[in-house]
Amino acid sequence: MTNLTYSSTELMIVNAARLLRNGDVVFVGVGQPNLACNLAKRTHAPDLVMIYEAGIIGAEPARLPLSIGDPTLVSGSLSVVSMYDIFANYLQRGNVDVGFLGGAQIDKYGNINATLIGTDYAHPKVRLPGSGGAQEIAAWANRCYVITPHQKRRFPEKCDFITSAGYLDGKGGRERAGLRGRGPVAVVTDIGLLEPDETGELALTALHPGKTAEEAIANTGWALKVAANLRFTEPVTEKELRILREELDPTGIYLKS
Amino acid sequence: MSKLQPLSEAISRFVHDGDTVYAAGFTHLIPFAAGHEIIRQGRQDLTLARATPDLIYDQMAAAGCARKVIFSYMGNPGVGSLRIVRAEIEAGRLEWEEYSHFGMISRLQAGAAGLPFMPMNQTGATDLEAANPDIRRLTDPYSGKEVITVPALNPDVAIVHVQRADAQGNAHLWGIIGEQKEAAFAAKRVILTAEEIVDEAIIRSDPNRTLIPGFIVSAVCHVPFACHPSYAQGYYDRDNDFYLKWDKISESPDSVKAWLDEWVYGVKDRQEYQQKLGEETLERLRVPPLQSVPINYGRY
Repeated sequence: MTNLTYSSTELMIVNAARLLRNGDVVFVGVGQPNLACNLAKRTHAPDLVMIYEAGIIGAEPARLPLSIGDPTLVSGSLSVVSMYDIFANYLQRGNVDVGFLGGAQIDKYGNINATLIGTDYAHPKVRLPGSGGAQEIAAWANRCYVITPHQKRRFPEKCDFITSAGYLDGKGGRERAGLRGRGPVAVVTDIGLLEPDETGELALTALHPGKTAEEAIANTGWALKVAANLRFTEPVTEKELRILREELDPTGIYLKS
Repeated sequence: MSKLQPLSEAISRFVHDGDTVYAAGFTHLIPFAAGHEIIRQGRQDLTLARATPDLIYDQMAAAGCARKVIFSYMGNPGVGSLRIVRAEIEAGRLEWEEYSHFGMISRLQAGAAGLPFMPMNQTGATDLEAANPDIRRLTDPYSGKEVITVPALNPDVAIVHVQRADAQGNAHLWGIIGEQKEAAFAAKRVILTAEEIVDEAIIRSDPNRTLIPGFIVSAVCHVPFACHPSYAQGYYDRDNDFYLKWDKISESPDSVKAWLDEWVYGVKDRQEYQQKLGEETLERLRVPPLQSVPINYGRY
Protein backbone atom coordinates (compact mmCIF):
# COMPACT_ATOMS: atom_id res chain seq x y z
CA MET A 1 0.00 0.00 0.00
CA THR A 2 1.43 3.34 -0.97
CA ASN A 3 0.68 6.67 0.57
CA LEU A 4 0.52 8.65 -2.65
CA THR A 5 -1.24 11.95 -2.49
CA TYR A 6 -3.25 13.18 -5.46
CA SER A 7 -6.01 15.63 -6.22
CA SER A 8 -9.59 14.69 -7.00
CA THR A 9 -8.98 15.82 -10.58
CA GLU A 10 -6.09 13.37 -10.90
CA LEU A 11 -8.22 10.64 -9.36
CA MET A 12 -11.00 11.20 -11.91
CA ILE A 13 -8.65 11.37 -14.89
CA VAL A 14 -6.87 8.15 -13.92
CA ASN A 15 -10.16 6.30 -13.51
CA ALA A 16 -11.53 7.64 -16.80
CA ALA A 17 -8.35 6.53 -18.58
CA ARG A 18 -8.81 2.99 -17.30
CA LEU A 19 -12.24 2.76 -18.95
CA LEU A 20 -10.70 3.09 -22.41
CA ARG A 21 -9.82 -0.07 -24.31
CA ASN A 22 -6.86 -0.59 -26.60
CA GLY A 23 -7.91 0.11 -30.18
CA ASP A 24 -10.85 2.35 -29.24
CA VAL A 25 -11.58 5.22 -31.60
CA VAL A 26 -12.28 8.01 -29.15
CA PHE A 27 -13.77 11.47 -29.67
CA VAL A 28 -11.65 13.54 -27.30
CA GLY A 29 -12.44 16.87 -25.65
CA VAL A 30 -9.82 19.31 -24.36
CA GLY A 31 -8.96 19.44 -20.69
CA GLN A 32 -9.59 16.38 -18.54
CA PRO A 33 -10.78 14.00 -21.31
CA ASN A 34 -7.66 14.84 -23.31
CA LEU A 35 -5.46 13.96 -20.32
CA ALA A 36 -7.39 10.72 -19.73
CA CYS A 37 -7.03 9.62 -23.36
CA ASN A 38 -3.34 10.47 -23.56
CA LEU A 39 -2.73 8.67 -20.26
CA ALA A 40 -4.52 5.56 -21.58
CA LYS A 41 -2.46 5.72 -24.76
CA ARG A 42 0.76 5.79 -22.75
CA THR A 43 -0.27 2.92 -20.49
CA HIS A 44 -2.67 0.13 -21.46
CA ALA A 45 -4.09 1.45 -24.75
CA PRO A 46 -1.19 2.30 -27.13
CA ASP A 47 -3.42 1.76 -30.17
CA LEU A 48 -6.07 4.28 -29.07
CA VAL A 49 -7.09 6.48 -32.02
CA MET A 50 -7.80 10.01 -30.84
CA ILE A 51 -10.28 12.05 -32.87
CA TYR A 52 -10.95 15.70 -32.12
CA GLU A 53 -14.13 17.59 -32.96
CA ALA A 54 -12.16 20.07 -35.07
CA GLY A 55 -11.72 17.31 -37.67
CA ILE A 56 -8.46 15.69 -36.61
CA ILE A 57 -8.08 11.93 -36.85
CA GLY A 58 -5.31 10.04 -35.07
CA ALA A 59 -3.77 13.02 -33.30
CA GLU A 60 -0.49 12.61 -31.45
CA PRO A 61 -0.17 15.96 -29.68
CA ALA A 62 3.42 16.88 -28.86
CA ARG A 63 2.27 19.44 -26.27
CA LEU A 64 -0.81 19.87 -24.11
CA PRO A 65 -3.60 21.15 -26.37
CA LEU A 66 -5.21 24.27 -24.92
CA SER A 67 -8.16 24.44 -27.28
CA ILE A 68 -10.11 21.95 -29.35
CA GLY A 69 -8.39 23.36 -32.44
CA ASP A 70 -4.83 23.52 -31.16
CA PRO A 71 -2.38 23.24 -34.10
CA THR A 72 -0.36 20.62 -32.23
CA LEU A 73 -3.26 18.23 -32.88
CA VAL A 74 -2.82 18.65 -36.62
CA SER A 75 0.92 18.24 -37.08
CA GLY A 76 1.71 14.53 -37.31
CA SER A 77 -1.93 13.37 -37.25
CA LEU A 78 -3.29 10.69 -39.59
CA SER A 79 -5.87 12.86 -41.30
CA VAL A 80 -7.63 16.21 -41.12
CA VAL A 81 -11.19 16.47 -42.42
CA SER A 82 -13.90 19.11 -42.58
CA MET A 83 -16.38 19.61 -39.78
CA TYR A 84 -19.18 18.19 -41.89
CA ASP A 85 -17.14 15.06 -42.57
CA ILE A 86 -16.17 14.46 -38.96
CA PHE A 87 -19.77 14.61 -37.80
CA ALA A 88 -21.24 12.76 -40.79
CA ASN A 89 -18.70 10.13 -41.85
CA TYR A 90 -17.13 9.47 -38.49
CA LEU A 91 -19.79 10.07 -35.84
CA GLN A 92 -23.17 9.68 -37.56
CA ARG A 93 -21.95 6.72 -39.61
CA GLY A 94 -20.98 4.88 -36.43
CA ASN A 95 -17.18 4.96 -36.67
CA VAL A 96 -16.58 6.30 -33.15
CA ASP A 97 -16.32 3.94 -30.17
CA VAL A 98 -16.12 6.40 -27.30
CA GLY A 99 -17.22 9.95 -26.62
CA PHE A 100 -16.55 12.14 -23.60
CA LEU A 101 -19.27 14.47 -22.36
CA GLY A 102 -19.52 17.18 -19.76
CA GLY A 103 -22.05 19.74 -18.64
CA ALA A 104 -23.47 21.79 -15.83
CA GLN A 105 -26.11 19.20 -14.93
CA ILE A 106 -26.37 15.42 -15.27
CA ASP A 107 -29.66 13.90 -14.22
CA LYS A 108 -30.84 10.56 -12.91
CA TYR A 109 -31.07 9.11 -16.41
CA GLY A 110 -27.70 10.44 -17.56
CA ASN A 111 -29.16 13.28 -19.61
CA ILE A 112 -26.85 16.29 -19.76
CA ASN A 113 -27.53 20.01 -19.71
CA ALA A 114 -24.94 22.36 -21.21
CA THR A 115 -27.43 24.94 -22.51
CA LEU A 116 -29.01 27.00 -19.75
CA ILE A 117 -29.95 27.21 -16.08
CA GLY A 118 -33.59 28.16 -15.65
CA THR A 119 -36.83 26.88 -17.08
CA ASP A 120 -37.53 29.45 -19.80
CA TYR A 121 -35.31 28.99 -22.87
CA ALA A 122 -36.16 32.47 -24.16
CA HIS A 123 -35.18 34.10 -20.86
CA PRO A 124 -32.25 32.10 -19.48
CA LYS A 125 -31.22 32.74 -15.89
CA VAL A 126 -27.71 31.64 -16.80
CA ARG A 127 -26.82 31.03 -20.40
CA LEU A 128 -24.28 28.22 -20.90
CA PRO A 129 -22.26 27.58 -24.09
CA GLY A 130 -24.70 25.09 -25.64
CA SER A 131 -24.25 21.78 -27.43
CA GLY A 132 -21.24 22.15 -29.65
CA GLY A 133 -20.82 18.55 -30.75
CA ALA A 134 -22.18 17.01 -27.54
CA GLN A 135 -25.67 16.35 -28.89
CA GLU A 136 -24.33 14.12 -31.65
CA ILE A 137 -21.57 12.51 -29.57
CA ALA A 138 -24.11 11.46 -26.92
CA ALA A 139 -26.42 10.01 -29.58
CA TRP A 140 -24.03 8.28 -31.92
CA ALA A 141 -20.78 7.23 -30.20
CA ASN A 142 -20.93 3.54 -29.25
CA ARG A 143 -20.46 4.46 -25.60
CA CYS A 144 -19.96 7.68 -23.63
CA TYR A 145 -18.18 8.66 -20.45
CA VAL A 146 -18.67 11.68 -18.25
CA ILE A 147 -16.05 13.14 -15.89
CA THR A 148 -17.48 15.44 -13.23
CA PRO A 149 -16.98 16.37 -9.58
CA HIS A 150 -19.65 14.79 -7.39
CA GLN A 151 -21.77 17.75 -6.26
CA LYS A 152 -25.49 17.92 -5.57
CA ARG A 153 -26.06 20.90 -7.85
CA ARG A 154 -24.46 19.02 -10.74
CA PHE A 155 -26.67 15.96 -10.16
CA PRO A 156 -30.31 17.12 -10.14
CA GLU A 157 -33.11 14.60 -10.50
CA LYS A 158 -34.05 16.25 -13.79
CA CYS A 159 -32.03 18.62 -16.01
CA ASP A 160 -33.41 22.10 -16.74
CA PHE A 161 -32.75 21.41 -20.43
CA ILE A 162 -31.58 18.24 -22.15
CA THR A 163 -28.68 19.24 -24.40
CA SER A 164 -27.55 15.67 -24.99
CA ALA A 165 -29.40 12.45 -24.48
CA GLY A 166 -28.61 9.94 -21.79
CA TYR A 167 -31.35 7.38 -21.27
CA LEU A 168 -34.00 10.11 -21.72
CA ASP A 169 -37.03 9.01 -19.67
CA GLY A 170 -35.55 5.66 -18.71
CA LYS A 171 -35.81 2.14 -20.02
CA GLY A 172 -36.19 2.02 -23.80
CA GLY A 173 -35.89 5.80 -24.14
CA ARG A 174 -32.92 5.68 -26.48
CA GLU A 175 -34.44 2.95 -28.62
CA ARG A 176 -37.67 4.92 -28.96
CA ALA A 177 -35.67 7.97 -30.06
CA GLY A 178 -33.82 5.90 -32.66
CA LEU A 179 -30.32 6.46 -31.24
CA ARG A 180 -27.53 4.15 -32.33
CA GLY A 181 -25.08 4.47 -29.42
CA ARG A 182 -25.35 2.93 -25.97
CA GLY A 183 -25.27 6.28 -24.16
CA PRO A 184 -23.42 7.25 -20.95
CA VAL A 185 -22.15 3.90 -19.71
CA ALA A 186 -20.16 5.44 -16.85
CA VAL A 187 -19.93 8.71 -14.93
CA VAL A 188 -16.59 9.16 -13.21
CA THR A 189 -16.74 11.38 -10.14
CA ASP A 190 -14.29 12.16 -7.35
CA ILE A 191 -16.23 9.75 -5.11
CA GLY A 192 -16.68 6.79 -7.41
CA LEU A 193 -18.42 5.54 -10.54
CA LEU A 194 -22.07 5.77 -11.51
CA GLU A 195 -23.36 3.35 -14.11
CA PRO A 196 -26.87 2.85 -15.51
CA ASP A 197 -28.96 0.02 -14.12
CA GLU A 198 -31.40 -1.92 -16.33
CA THR A 199 -33.88 0.99 -16.24
CA GLY A 200 -31.26 3.53 -17.33
CA GLU A 201 -31.04 5.08 -13.87
CA LEU A 202 -27.51 5.97 -12.76
CA ALA A 203 -26.54 3.95 -9.69
CA LEU A 204 -23.40 3.91 -7.58
CA THR A 205 -21.37 0.90 -8.71
CA ALA A 206 -17.87 1.71 -7.43
CA LEU A 207 -16.16 3.83 -4.81
CA HIS A 208 -12.63 5.18 -4.90
CA PRO A 209 -10.47 3.94 -2.00
CA GLY A 210 -11.41 5.74 1.22
CA LYS A 211 -14.77 7.04 -0.05
CA THR A 212 -18.17 6.00 1.24
CA ALA A 213 -21.58 5.38 -0.27
CA GLU A 214 -23.01 7.89 2.24
CA GLU A 215 -20.83 10.64 0.72
CA ALA A 216 -22.07 9.76 -2.75
CA ILE A 217 -25.72 9.72 -1.65
CA ALA A 218 -25.36 13.04 0.19
CA ASN A 219 -23.91 14.67 -2.92
CA THR A 220 -26.53 13.44 -5.38
CA GLY A 221 -29.81 15.24 -6.05
CA TRP A 222 -31.94 12.11 -6.35
CA ALA A 223 -32.26 9.03 -4.14
CA LEU A 224 -29.09 7.36 -5.40
CA LYS A 225 -29.27 3.57 -5.56
CA VAL A 226 -26.21 1.61 -4.50
CA ALA A 227 -25.38 -1.49 -6.51
CA ALA A 228 -25.53 -4.77 -4.59
CA ASN A 229 -22.04 -5.64 -5.80
CA LEU A 230 -20.50 -2.26 -4.96
CA ARG A 231 -16.74 -2.45 -5.56
CA PHE A 232 -13.68 -0.31 -4.97
CA THR A 233 -11.59 1.14 -7.79
CA GLU A 234 -7.91 0.23 -7.91
CA PRO A 235 -5.63 2.73 -6.17
CA VAL A 236 -3.98 5.39 -8.33
CA THR A 237 -0.43 4.33 -9.17
CA GLU A 238 2.84 6.22 -9.08
CA LYS A 239 3.29 5.58 -12.81
CA GLU A 240 -0.08 7.10 -13.69
CA LEU A 241 0.66 10.19 -11.63
CA ARG A 242 4.13 10.56 -13.10
CA ILE A 243 2.83 10.46 -16.68
CA LEU A 244 0.10 12.97 -15.88
CA ARG A 245 2.31 15.40 -13.96
CA GLU A 246 5.59 15.12 -15.81
CA GLU A 247 4.63 14.27 -19.38
CA LEU A 248 1.10 15.45 -20.06
CA ASP A 249 0.41 18.55 -17.97
CA PRO A 250 3.75 19.64 -16.49
CA THR A 251 2.53 23.13 -15.61
CA GLY A 252 -0.69 21.86 -14.04
CA ILE A 253 -3.08 23.76 -16.31
CA TYR A 254 -5.83 21.15 -16.01
CA LEU A 255 -4.54 19.04 -13.13
CA LYS A 256 -4.59 21.96 -10.73
CA SER A 257 -7.90 23.43 -11.86
CA MET B 1 -9.00 39.03 -63.58
CA SER B 2 -7.35 40.23 -60.40
CA LYS B 3 -9.66 40.77 -57.45
CA LEU B 4 -6.86 42.09 -55.25
CA GLN B 5 -7.90 45.07 -53.16
CA PRO B 6 -7.29 46.53 -49.73
CA LEU B 7 -9.40 44.92 -46.98
CA SER B 8 -11.02 48.28 -46.21
CA GLU B 9 -12.30 48.47 -49.78
CA ALA B 10 -13.58 44.88 -49.74
CA ILE B 11 -15.52 45.43 -46.51
CA SER B 12 -16.89 48.72 -47.77
CA ARG B 13 -18.08 47.15 -51.04
CA PHE B 14 -19.31 43.76 -49.91
CA VAL B 15 -20.53 44.03 -46.29
CA HIS B 16 -23.69 46.06 -45.79
CA ASP B 17 -25.77 46.97 -42.74
CA GLY B 18 -28.29 44.22 -42.02
CA ASP B 19 -26.30 41.48 -43.78
CA THR B 20 -25.95 37.94 -42.55
CA VAL B 21 -22.21 37.41 -42.19
CA TYR B 22 -20.39 34.11 -41.78
CA ALA B 23 -16.78 34.64 -40.67
CA ALA B 24 -15.49 31.10 -41.09
CA GLY B 25 -12.89 29.02 -39.29
CA PHE B 26 -13.26 26.46 -36.52
CA THR B 27 -10.70 27.81 -34.02
CA HIS B 28 -8.23 28.02 -36.93
CA LEU B 29 -7.83 30.82 -39.53
CA ILE B 30 -10.45 33.01 -37.84
CA PRO B 31 -10.55 36.26 -39.87
CA PHE B 32 -10.07 38.74 -37.01
CA ALA B 33 -8.63 41.41 -39.31
CA ALA B 34 -11.86 41.54 -41.31
CA GLY B 35 -13.95 41.57 -38.13
CA HIS B 36 -11.99 44.56 -36.87
CA GLU B 37 -12.38 46.37 -40.21
CA ILE B 38 -16.16 45.82 -40.02
CA ILE B 39 -16.09 47.39 -36.55
CA ARG B 40 -14.03 50.36 -37.80
CA GLN B 41 -16.49 50.95 -40.63
CA GLY B 42 -19.36 50.94 -38.14
CA ARG B 43 -21.55 48.24 -39.70
CA GLN B 44 -24.79 47.63 -37.80
CA ASP B 45 -27.71 45.21 -37.52
CA LEU B 46 -25.62 42.30 -38.73
CA THR B 47 -26.68 38.72 -38.18
CA LEU B 48 -23.45 37.04 -37.17
CA ALA B 49 -23.37 33.32 -37.92
CA ARG B 50 -20.56 31.03 -36.77
CA ALA B 51 -20.48 27.58 -35.17
CA THR B 52 -18.35 29.13 -32.42
CA PRO B 53 -18.84 32.91 -32.13
CA ASP B 54 -15.37 33.04 -30.53
CA LEU B 55 -13.74 36.33 -29.56
CA ILE B 56 -14.32 37.80 -33.01
CA TYR B 57 -18.11 37.99 -32.51
CA ASP B 58 -17.72 38.93 -28.84
CA GLN B 59 -15.75 41.95 -30.04
CA MET B 60 -18.17 42.75 -32.86
CA ALA B 61 -21.13 42.45 -30.47
CA ALA B 62 -19.34 44.73 -28.01
CA ALA B 63 -18.83 47.29 -30.78
CA GLY B 64 -22.55 47.30 -31.59
CA CYS B 65 -22.35 45.58 -34.99
CA ALA B 66 -24.73 42.73 -34.19
CA ARG B 67 -28.50 42.38 -34.10
CA LYS B 68 -28.47 38.61 -33.90
CA VAL B 69 -26.12 35.64 -33.51
CA ILE B 70 -26.52 32.14 -34.94
CA PHE B 71 -24.29 29.60 -33.21
CA SER B 72 -23.76 26.08 -31.92
CA TYR B 73 -21.19 26.63 -29.16
CA MET B 74 -21.00 29.98 -27.42
CA GLY B 75 -17.87 29.87 -25.29
CA ASN B 76 -14.36 31.27 -25.11
CA PRO B 77 -12.64 28.11 -26.43
CA GLY B 78 -10.40 26.54 -23.83
CA VAL B 79 -11.16 29.34 -21.34
CA GLY B 80 -14.82 29.50 -20.38
CA SER B 81 -17.68 31.86 -20.97
CA LEU B 82 -18.01 34.21 -23.92
CA ARG B 83 -18.94 37.08 -21.71
CA ILE B 84 -20.30 39.78 -24.00
CA VAL B 85 -22.48 37.65 -26.29
CA ARG B 86 -23.70 35.79 -23.22
CA ALA B 87 -24.55 38.97 -21.29
CA GLU B 88 -26.31 40.48 -24.31
CA ILE B 89 -28.40 37.31 -24.70
CA GLU B 90 -29.21 37.10 -20.99
CA ALA B 91 -30.25 40.75 -21.02
CA GLY B 92 -32.47 40.17 -24.06
CA ARG B 93 -30.54 42.71 -26.16
CA LEU B 94 -29.27 40.24 -28.73
CA GLU B 95 -31.43 37.81 -30.71
CA TRP B 96 -30.09 34.31 -31.12
CA GLU B 97 -30.68 31.13 -33.01
CA GLU B 98 -29.07 27.93 -31.83
CA TYR B 99 -28.10 24.56 -33.29
CA SER B 100 -25.73 21.73 -32.47
CA HIS B 101 -22.42 21.78 -34.38
CA PHE B 102 -23.71 19.21 -36.83
CA GLY B 103 -26.96 21.14 -37.29
CA MET B 104 -25.07 24.36 -37.95
CA ILE B 105 -22.64 22.78 -40.39
CA SER B 106 -25.43 20.86 -42.12
CA ARG B 107 -27.14 24.20 -42.73
CA LEU B 108 -24.02 25.45 -44.50
CA GLN B 109 -23.58 22.18 -46.37
CA ALA B 110 -27.15 22.49 -47.70
CA GLY B 111 -26.49 26.11 -48.62
CA ALA B 112 -23.25 25.18 -50.37
CA ALA B 113 -24.91 22.38 -52.35
CA GLY B 114 -27.87 24.49 -53.45
CA LEU B 115 -30.28 22.30 -51.46
CA PRO B 116 -33.24 23.68 -49.46
CA PHE B 117 -32.43 21.71 -46.29
CA MET B 118 -30.31 18.88 -44.95
CA PRO B 119 -31.49 15.74 -43.15
CA MET B 120 -29.73 14.39 -40.07
CA ASN B 121 -30.33 11.37 -37.90
CA GLN B 122 -32.17 11.94 -34.63
CA THR B 123 -30.22 12.69 -31.47
CA GLY B 124 -32.99 12.48 -28.88
CA ALA B 125 -32.22 16.04 -27.77
CA THR B 126 -35.72 17.30 -28.38
CA ASP B 127 -35.50 20.37 -26.12
CA LEU B 128 -33.53 22.23 -28.78
CA GLU B 129 -36.07 21.21 -31.41
CA ALA B 130 -38.78 22.69 -29.20
CA ALA B 131 -36.75 25.88 -28.71
CA ASN B 132 -35.87 26.40 -32.37
CA PRO B 133 -38.81 26.05 -34.80
CA ASP B 134 -36.40 25.82 -37.76
CA ILE B 135 -35.27 22.39 -36.55
CA ARG B 136 -37.97 20.14 -37.94
CA ARG B 137 -38.81 16.52 -38.70
CA LEU B 138 -39.53 14.74 -41.89
CA THR B 139 -40.43 11.15 -42.69
CA ASP B 140 -37.75 9.43 -44.72
CA PRO B 141 -39.68 8.40 -47.86
CA TYR B 142 -37.62 5.22 -48.15
CA SER B 143 -37.55 3.75 -44.64
CA GLY B 144 -40.53 5.56 -43.11
CA LYS B 145 -38.37 6.62 -40.15
CA GLU B 146 -38.21 10.21 -38.96
CA VAL B 147 -35.18 12.37 -39.65
CA ILE B 148 -34.31 15.84 -38.39
CA THR B 149 -33.99 18.66 -40.92
CA VAL B 150 -32.30 22.04 -40.80
CA PRO B 151 -32.76 24.77 -43.42
CA ALA B 152 -30.00 25.86 -45.78
CA LEU B 153 -27.91 28.79 -44.60
CA ASN B 154 -26.92 31.14 -47.42
CA PRO B 155 -25.11 34.07 -45.82
CA ASP B 156 -24.99 37.38 -47.67
CA VAL B 157 -21.27 37.34 -47.21
CA ALA B 158 -18.68 34.79 -46.09
CA ILE B 159 -15.29 35.88 -44.88
CA VAL B 160 -12.60 33.26 -45.24
CA HIS B 161 -8.94 33.51 -44.36
CA VAL B 162 -6.48 31.19 -46.11
CA GLN B 163 -2.75 30.54 -46.04
CA ARG B 164 -2.27 31.40 -49.71
CA ALA B 165 -4.30 32.49 -52.70
CA ASP B 166 -3.64 33.89 -56.14
CA ALA B 167 -4.97 37.26 -57.26
CA GLN B 168 -8.12 35.63 -58.70
CA GLY B 169 -8.97 34.03 -55.35
CA ASN B 170 -8.01 30.41 -55.99
CA ALA B 171 -7.15 29.42 -52.45
CA HIS B 172 -5.02 26.85 -50.67
CA LEU B 173 -5.69 26.07 -47.06
CA TRP B 174 -4.50 23.32 -44.78
CA GLY B 175 -4.62 22.31 -41.14
CA ILE B 176 -8.09 22.41 -39.62
CA ILE B 177 -10.38 23.07 -42.59
CA GLY B 178 -13.52 23.43 -40.48
CA GLU B 179 -16.33 24.91 -42.57
CA GLN B 180 -14.44 27.35 -44.83
CA LYS B 181 -15.28 25.62 -48.10
CA GLU B 182 -18.94 25.19 -47.17
CA ALA B 183 -19.23 28.82 -46.03
CA ALA B 184 -17.68 30.08 -49.26
CA PHE B 185 -19.95 28.02 -51.53
CA ALA B 186 -23.04 28.82 -49.43
CA ALA B 187 -22.53 32.60 -49.39
CA LYS B 188 -23.72 35.13 -51.96
CA ARG B 189 -20.42 37.03 -51.73
CA VAL B 190 -17.01 35.85 -50.54
CA ILE B 191 -14.26 38.01 -49.11
CA LEU B 192 -10.96 36.16 -49.03
CA THR B 193 -8.05 37.30 -46.92
CA ALA B 194 -4.72 35.53 -47.30
CA GLU B 195 -1.39 35.26 -45.50
CA GLU B 196 0.33 35.20 -48.88
CA ILE B 197 -0.63 36.12 -52.42
CA VAL B 198 1.08 33.70 -54.74
CA ASP B 199 1.41 33.14 -58.44
CA GLU B 200 -1.29 31.06 -60.10
CA ALA B 201 1.43 28.51 -60.95
CA ILE B 202 1.88 27.71 -57.25
CA ILE B 203 -1.85 27.04 -56.90
CA ARG B 204 -1.74 24.86 -60.01
CA SER B 205 1.23 22.92 -58.59
CA ASP B 206 -1.04 21.40 -55.92
CA PRO B 207 -4.66 21.47 -57.12
CA ASN B 208 -5.93 19.02 -54.47
CA ARG B 209 -5.19 21.69 -51.88
CA THR B 210 -7.43 24.27 -53.57
CA LEU B 211 -10.63 24.24 -51.52
CA ILE B 212 -12.04 27.46 -52.94
CA PRO B 213 -12.00 28.36 -56.65
CA GLY B 214 -11.49 31.99 -57.59
CA PHE B 215 -14.69 32.27 -59.60
CA ILE B 216 -16.87 32.22 -56.46
CA VAL B 217 -14.73 34.87 -54.75
CA SER B 218 -15.66 38.57 -54.75
CA ALA B 219 -12.51 40.10 -53.28
CA VAL B 220 -8.97 39.00 -52.45
CA CYS B 221 -7.04 40.86 -49.77
CA HIS B 222 -3.44 40.37 -48.76
CA VAL B 223 -3.57 40.44 -44.96
CA PRO B 224 -0.69 38.69 -43.18
CA PHE B 225 -1.23 37.88 -39.52
CA ALA B 226 -4.99 38.34 -40.03
CA CYS B 227 -5.99 35.63 -37.57
CA HIS B 228 -4.37 36.76 -34.33
CA PRO B 229 -5.29 35.74 -31.59
CA SER B 230 -6.39 32.71 -33.61
CA TYR B 231 -3.70 31.15 -35.79
CA ALA B 232 -2.64 30.06 -39.25
CA GLN B 233 -1.18 26.54 -39.38
CA GLY B 234 2.51 26.69 -40.24
CA TYR B 235 2.60 30.51 -40.04
CA TYR B 236 2.02 31.39 -36.38
CA ASP B 237 0.64 29.85 -33.22
CA ARG B 238 -2.62 30.48 -31.40
CA ASP B 239 -2.18 33.21 -28.77
CA ASN B 240 -3.70 31.37 -25.81
CA ASP B 241 -2.54 34.13 -23.50
CA PHE B 242 -4.79 36.57 -25.31
CA TYR B 243 -7.78 34.23 -25.06
CA LEU B 244 -7.19 34.21 -21.28
CA LYS B 245 -6.65 37.96 -21.23
CA TRP B 246 -9.94 38.56 -23.06
CA ASP B 247 -11.70 36.74 -20.24
CA LYS B 248 -10.53 39.56 -17.96
CA ILE B 249 -10.96 42.41 -20.44
CA SER B 250 -14.53 41.37 -21.19
CA GLU B 251 -15.51 41.48 -17.51
CA SER B 252 -16.29 45.20 -17.71
CA PRO B 253 -17.70 47.45 -20.44
CA ASP B 254 -15.03 50.06 -19.64
CA SER B 255 -12.11 47.75 -20.26
CA VAL B 256 -13.75 46.45 -23.44
CA LYS B 257 -14.21 50.00 -24.69
CA ALA B 258 -10.60 50.82 -23.83
CA TRP B 259 -9.42 47.71 -25.64
CA LEU B 260 -11.49 48.47 -28.76
CA ASP B 261 -10.25 52.07 -28.72
CA GLU B 262 -6.66 50.98 -28.54
CA TRP B 263 -6.56 47.87 -30.72
CA VAL B 264 -9.35 48.37 -33.27
CA TYR B 265 -10.27 52.05 -33.63
CA GLY B 266 -6.74 53.10 -32.69
CA VAL B 267 -5.03 51.29 -35.54
CA LYS B 268 -5.40 51.87 -39.27
CA ASP B 269 -5.15 48.28 -40.38
CA ARG B 270 -3.79 44.85 -39.53
CA GLN B 271 -0.23 45.84 -40.34
CA GLU B 272 -0.37 48.53 -37.68
CA TYR B 273 -2.00 46.06 -35.27
CA GLN B 274 0.81 43.57 -35.87
CA GLN B 275 3.48 46.24 -35.32
CA LYS B 276 1.75 47.34 -32.16
CA LEU B 277 1.76 43.77 -30.80
CA GLY B 278 5.53 43.99 -30.79
CA GLU B 279 8.43 41.66 -31.45
CA GLU B 280 8.15 39.80 -28.15
CA THR B 281 4.62 38.59 -28.88
CA LEU B 282 5.43 37.79 -32.50
CA GLU B 283 8.46 35.79 -31.38
CA ARG B 284 6.35 33.87 -28.87
CA LEU B 285 3.93 32.89 -31.64
CA ARG B 286 6.58 31.94 -34.20
CA VAL B 287 6.55 28.29 -35.16
CA PRO B 288 9.40 26.08 -36.42
CA PRO B 289 8.80 24.46 -39.82
CA LEU B 290 7.57 20.90 -40.35
CA GLN B 291 7.40 20.25 -44.11
CA SER B 292 5.17 17.68 -45.74
CA VAL B 293 6.80 15.38 -48.30
CA PRO B 294 6.02 16.68 -51.82
CA ILE B 295 3.77 14.44 -53.89
CA ASN B 296 4.13 13.61 -57.56
CA TYR B 297 1.24 14.64 -59.80
CA GLY B 298 3.05 13.43 -62.91
CA ARG B 299 3.59 15.37 -66.12
CA TYR B 300 0.94 14.26 -68.63
